Amino acid sequence: MRYAMAIDTHKCVGCSDCVVACQTENNVPHGYCRDWIVEYVDGTYPSLDMRFQSERCNHCDNAPCVRCCPTGASHIVEGGIVLVTHDECIGCGACIESCPYDARYPHPDGYVDKCTFCVQRVEKGQNPACVDVCPTHCLHFGDLDDPNSDVSLALKDRSWKVLAPEAGTKPQLYFLT
Amino acid sequence: MKTRREFIKISSVGAGVAALGLHALDLKGLNWLNPDSSNEPASDEDMTPYPTYCEVCFWKCAAWVYVDKKGKIRKIIGNKNDPHSQGRMCPRGTGGLGMYYDNDRLKTPLIRETRPDGSQYFRKASWNEALDKVANKMKEVKEKYGPEAFGLFNHGTPGGHLEHLMRAYGSETNAEPAYANCRGPRSAAYYATFGAFIGSPECTDIRDTRCMVLIGSHIGENMHNSQVQEMSEAIDNNATIITVDPRFSTAASKSQYWLPIKPSTDLALLLAWIHVLIYEDIYNKDFVKKYTFGFEQLKAHVKDMTPEWAYGITTIEPDIIRNTAREMAGAAPAVVIHPGRHTVWYGDDTQRERAMAILTALLGAWGKRGSLYLPEAVHLPEYPQPEYPKPKWSWRDLPEGKFPLATMGITSELLKASIPRYKYKHQVKAWLVGGTNLPLSMPDKKLFKEAANSVEFIAVMDTMPMEVTGYADVVLPEATYLERYDFIRAAQNRVPNVALRMPAAKPRFKSKPAWWITKQIGERLGLHAYFNYDDYSEVIDWQFKKLGTSLEEMKKIGVKSFPRESGPLYIGEGEKFEFNTNTGKIELYSTDFADLGFDPLPNYKPHPEPPQNYYRLIYGRAPMHTFSRTSNNHFLWDLMKENSVWVNPKVASLWELKNDQKVWLKNQDGAITSFPVKVRITERIRWDSVYMVHGFGHSDKKLSRAYGRGASDEEMITKIAKDPIMGGEGMRGNFITFLKENPNKNRKEDKA
Repeated sequence: MRYAMAIDTHKCVGCSDCVVACQTENNVPHGYCRDWIVEYVDGTYPSLDMRFQSERCNHCDNAPCVRCCPTGASHIVEGGIVLVTHDECIGCGACIESCPYDARYPHPDGYVDKCTFCVQRVEKGQNPACVDVCPTHCLHFGDLDDPNSDVSLALKDRSWKVLAPEAGTKPQLYFLT
Repeated sequence: MKTRREFIKISSVGAGVAALGLHALDLKGLNWLNPDSSNEPASDEDMTPYPTYCEVCFWKCAAWVYVDKKGKIRKIIGNKNDPHSQGRMCPRGTGGLGMYYDNDRLKTPLIRETRPDGSQYFRKASWNEALDKVANKMKEVKEKYGPEAFGLFNHGTPGGHLEHLMRAYGSETNAEPAYANCRGPRSAAYYATFGAFIGSPECTDIRDTRCMVLIGSHIGENMHNSQVQEMSEAIDNNATIITVDPRFSTAASKSQYWLPIKPSTDLALLLAWIHVLIYEDIYNKDFVKKYTFGFEQLKAHVKDMTPEWAYGITTIEPDIIRNTAREMAGAAPAVVIHPGRHTVWYGDDTQRERAMAILTALLGAWGKRGSLYLPEAVHLPEYPQPEYPKPKWSWRDLPEGKFPLATMGITSELLKASIPRYKYKHQVKAWLVGGTNLPLSMPDKKLFKEAANSVEFIAVMDTMPMEVTGYADVVLPEATYLERYDFIRAAQNRVPNVALRMPAAKPRFKSKPAWWITKQIGERLGLHAYFNYDDYSEVIDWQFKKLGTSLEEMKKIGVKSFPRESGPLYIGEGEKFEFNTNTGKIELYSTDFADLGFDPLPNYKPHPEPPQNYYRLIYGRAPMHTFSRTSNNHFLWDLMKENSVWVNPKVASLWELKNDQKVWLKNQDGAITSFPVKVRITERIRWDSVYMVHGFGHSDKKLSRAYGRGASDEEMITKIAKDPIMGGEGMRGNFITFLKENPNKNRKEDKA
C-alpha cells in the first residue's frame, strides 16, 4: 500500500479552501498551516500562463526528515504516511531544515507539526479533509497500489511532475500538468 | 530559523511567483479553539452535526456544523444533498466559524451619548433600553412624518427580518447595495429581453455546456460555489471557455481564449459578435424565427458593427472576434453567455447586459441543455398574518420618474432623500441598517456621510463593529448565522428545494437573532399580529409542515428537494413557449425601451479614458473573502490580510515602484486613500489599469485584525456613471495615480 495525492493544476483556482479545511479538521493553531497555495505566472502581457497548486508534505519514500530525526519522533507508518509523534519530538527543528518542501513548522506547543494526510480519516477509509472539501475536485487521493483508486485513475492518462525530484526524496505528491 | 514566508519567497525564484496561504507568525501560539485544548482532531463520531446554510455570502450553501461534546463548534462541512454546495463549502464557508469565534464581535447593545463637552461615545445598554429607544423613535417618526420616512438599508437574511418589521410598520422605503450597486442592470436587461430575471443562484447550466463566455465575470475568484464546481466539470468535459477581461483572471488562465480587452469597450465586442453571427449566417435560425421579436431591426442595426470596427475600439483582433463567434455558433445552443453579477461598470450597463441577452438569444442559448436552464424555487406558504399596510409612498417614488425600470430601491436615492438640500418630495428622516456596511459597500462616501449626518436617527444591526455601526445612535448586536433560526432557504435551482438554518450553539455575549430583535421592536409598536410566535422555529415548522415535511425531519436532513411543478428544465424541441414580454417573444428589439425613450437596440458609446499618469481602477474579488465582511475573520484574514494594488511591470518601472512598496492612491477628483496599499507588480494587469480586491482598508479600530490593512477601493470611487434605465451606479470610470509619500501625515484621521 502506498498513499499518494495527485493535484490537478488545470482545475485548481487557488481558493485556499484546502488550507482552511485542514485547519479546522486538525485544529491547527492560528497563524500556521499544514498546506498552502502557490501561484505561478509566466510570460508577458497578454501572452500569459498561470497555474495554482495546493502544496503540503510530500510523504516521501526517502524522507530526509525521518532520517535526520534524533529521537525517532518522525517516522513512516503503513501506506508511507510520514508522521511525528508529538511526545517524542524535542522540537530541535532538524527536520524543518532538512525538508526541501518546507512542509513542517514548529507548533507552539513545542513539537514539529505537518500534514498527516489526515491519517485519522484515512484509517477510517475517508479522504483527507482537503480532498473532500475542494470545490474544483482538483485533489485526488488514494493507494497507488490499487489501480482503481482515485489517485491511480487520475495519474493514468495525464502527464505529471513532482517537486524537487533532484533532491532524491521520491515525493508522493503528483502535480498533473 | 527561517520562517516559511521567507522560504517561499526565496525558493520560488523567477518572476511572478507569489505565495498565498502563508503563515503569520505574529499570532504565535494562538489556538483558535481555546488555548488549552489539545491538538487532537475531533472524530466525526464524537460530534453532533447541526444543519445550516451559510451567511458568509449570498450563495447560501447548506452545510453541517459539527459541534463537539464540550459544545464547541469545530468545523463546517457541506451538505451533500444541497445543490448550492454539493457537499463542498468554499474557503469562506469552511472558515465561517471564524465569524462565531471572533472576539471583536458586537457584544452588547450600545447607545450613543454626548458628554457635556460635546464629544460622543457609546454606552453599553440593556436590550430593553435599546429596543425601547428604537421603537420610540419609530413611533415618533410615524406621528411626525409618517412611517414612510423611516428608511431601511438591508441585505441578506438579517435584512429580510428588518424588511418584515418595516412593512408591518408601514414603510417600504428600502434599498440594498446589491441592486443599484451590483446586479441591477442584469435584472433590467434580461427582464426586458426574456421577461425573466436571471435570479440567484444564476440559472447557468455550466456543467453541461460546450462553450462558456465570461465577460468580466471571474469564477474562481468569486467563489459562487456551484458555478466554481461546474466550471471544473466543464474543464473536464473540454468545454471551450472564452474569457473577456482586461486582467488575466483565474478564469482567463483556464480559458482557450482570453480576450484582453481595453476596459470600457465590452459593448463594442458584443455588437461585433452579434454582427458575425448574423452576417456569417451562423445564428440559430429556428430558435430566432420561432421565439424572437425584432430580428430584422437588429440585423440592420449591427450592419456596420464589423469586427474591424470593433478592433479599433476594443484592441481585440478581427480574426479573434470571428473565431470566438464561430466557436459559440458551433457549440450552440449549449453555450452559457454568463450574465455576470456585479454589472455596474460604465453607466450603460443595462445596454451591455442587453447585448449579452441578445447574443444569448441568437445562439438559442436559453432554456436549452448547457445554456441557461429554467429554474424553479419552492413557493413558501405564508405564515398567517394580516396584510401589510399600504404605504403612501415608497422607494419607487423617490427618483420621481427617473430610472423607470428599477425593480428595487436605489441606495443613492434613499441617501439623497435623507438630505434636505436635495429637496426631494419625499424625505427620509431615520434609518434602520442591517447586514450591509454602507461606507464600504457604496461609492461616493461624501454623500453617505452627509446623509448620515442629516437624518435624526440611525439604528444598526450587525454581528461586527463595521464602519456603519460608528454612525449609529443605537447598535443592536446580532447573533451570527451559526447561533440562530432563520428564514427557510428556498432559492431557485434546477430542482426546487428548501434548506434549514438552526442554531448550532447559543449566541455568544449578549447577541440576539434578527428574528428576536425585530419581534421585540414589533411588539413595542403594537404589531403583535405580525409576530405571532414565541420562537421563530414555530414559523418554519408551520411552513415545513405545509410543504409536507417538518422541522424535526429537516433537522435530520438539512436540505429537502421537491419535484418540479413548472415543467421541464429545458424548452423542448419546437415547443411553444410564451415569454413574459409585451410581444410574448424574446425581444431582440425592446418595445419597453422604445416606449420609454431608451435605445431599443444597444449602441456602443465611448467612455472617458484615464488622463496622463492616471490608471483606470478595476476592482474585484479574492476567493477567500466576501467584500468587507470577512476581513476580520481570523481564518480568512490568515489567508489574505490585506489587498494590494496590481501594477503592470511597465508602469512600475515608469514610477520606479517595487513589489510590496507601500503607496497611497489619489483619484481624478483628488480623493486619497486613508491607508497605504502594497504594490504588486504583475503581468496579469494591463498597463492602462490597476486592480484591487474590494473590501479592505477598514477604518474601524475595533476590527483588531482588519483595521488599516490595505486600502479601500470605495474611497477612490467618487465619480459615478448613472444608468438612466434602472439607476445603476457605474463605478469603473475612476482613475488613480500613485503617491509615494504619506499624504495624510498632517491630516486629521478620517473616522470612517
